[in-house]
Amino acid sequence: MTSRTVNMKELSQIEKDAVKDLLFRIADDDLILGHRNSEWTGIGPILEEDIAFSSMAQDKLGYAQAYYTILNEMGEADPDTLAFNRSGTGEVNEKLYKCCHFTEYPIGEYDFSLMRHFLFYYSEAIRMEMLMHSTFEPLANLAKKFRGEIRYHIMHAHTWIKQLGHGSEESRARMQSALNECMPLALGIFEQSEYEDTLIEGGIFPGEDKLKEVWLEQITPVIAESALEMPDVNTIEVSNGGRKGFHTEYLKPLLEEMTEVYRIDPEAEW
Amino acid sequence: MITKEEILTALHDVKDPEIPKLSVVDLGVITNVEIPSDNTVLVTMTPTFAGCPALTVMKEDIKNRLEEMPEIDSAEVKVSFDTKWSSDMISEEGRKILKESGFAPPHVLGNELVQIDILKDAECPLCGSKDTELRNSFGPTLCRAIHYCNSCRQAFEQFKPV
Repeated sequence: MTSRTVNMKELSQIEKDAVKDLLFRIADDDLILGHRNSEWTGIGPILEEDIAFSSMAQDKLGYAQAYYTILNEMGEADPDTLAFNRSGTGEVNEKLYKCCHFTEYPIGEYDFSLMRHFLFYYSEAIRMEMLMHSTFEPLANLAKKFRGEIRYHIMHAHTWIKQLGHGSEESRARMQSALNECMPLALGIFEQSEYEDTLIEGGIFPGEDKLKEVWLEQITPVIAESALEMPDVNTIEVSNGGRKGFHTEYLKPLLEEMTEVYRIDPEAEW
Repeated sequence: MITKEEILTALHDVKDPEIPKLSVVDLGVITNVEIPSDNTVLVTMTPTFAGCPALTVMKEDIKNRLEEMPEIDSAEVKVSFDTKWSSDMISEEGRKILKESGFAPPHVLGNELVQIDILKDAECPLCGSKDTELRNSFGPTLCRAIHYCNSCRQAFEQFKPV
């Protein structure tokens, strides 16, 4: 990686577009998955898990807000508007969001949510390890901060995947079936952007392919240690489209619910 | 003209709303104090946890406390991640206050990321025993984890090392 560091003003126009695209992807992932996590508040299978998922929801919204703040400094709308009124018209337009399908899926049963948590947070932790070396300083600073917090999310995921993989016949079967269900969606995290070359050449981000490679290297042994079988990722049909604005049927209702209060009175002071 | 030291002294009055004896200075979130002109102050603070909901309250409390000072007409508080907060930035005094408030202070991490092994041996703030276990790395607020002491058989909270 190059040793230059840049702030917003020093990016070329194409680099600016590339950084914005990257920021929207990771911010929208955190906003939407944060909202999904918060759906466990009050109904977690045990109190500790209720608290864990609620805390992680809060963390994720914090990350999304920080990414939207950089976007705001780069000329986009303010963070609340980006989150709750992306279209600027008060109408929900899910096509303007760049989250991957994986984050949109309903919470399902706890096995699905835990497996999603494990697979997604590993990718996020690795992304932060990469972004902390980004030449784009504002993002590198956030990545350095968030990786310490995401560490707790990973430890939580690890504990449960291992415990349930080695638990009863039912718990193992549930985790295996959740893993099979999650994998096509999880691979959609790494959907290519049209700016991959710009990001890589500018030392901003090593690219989705590289991220996927490291992710597979890291999750494969954990899955094996948890007595689960890794699906064959080469033959899976990947759930792509989210990064380009083509979403599952689940995103629009989520956005409508999440933004309902905001849209009633966008000017309200809280 | 007011000095940085006087401003920091005043900021000792502003407490973390979630740990009401701990000041924002001892918490380590004040990363810079500037005095651009005679009657104005610019304070930079860094969030503990990115999603911390107490941030806005602290920000307002800092502004209000400084504007109470006769020498200051207007105070601005800027939130920035440029200096990364870590639990190592809690002062010695802050650690003492945490303990007195019933929280185990965080382990010192240096530049390392937290490991699950070190979380297992928090010292019980109630009886001082090290025979404790981690019950949940998520607690009532983002910055607190729940532990249990096998000696005095009480649950206690630790300010999370991060």
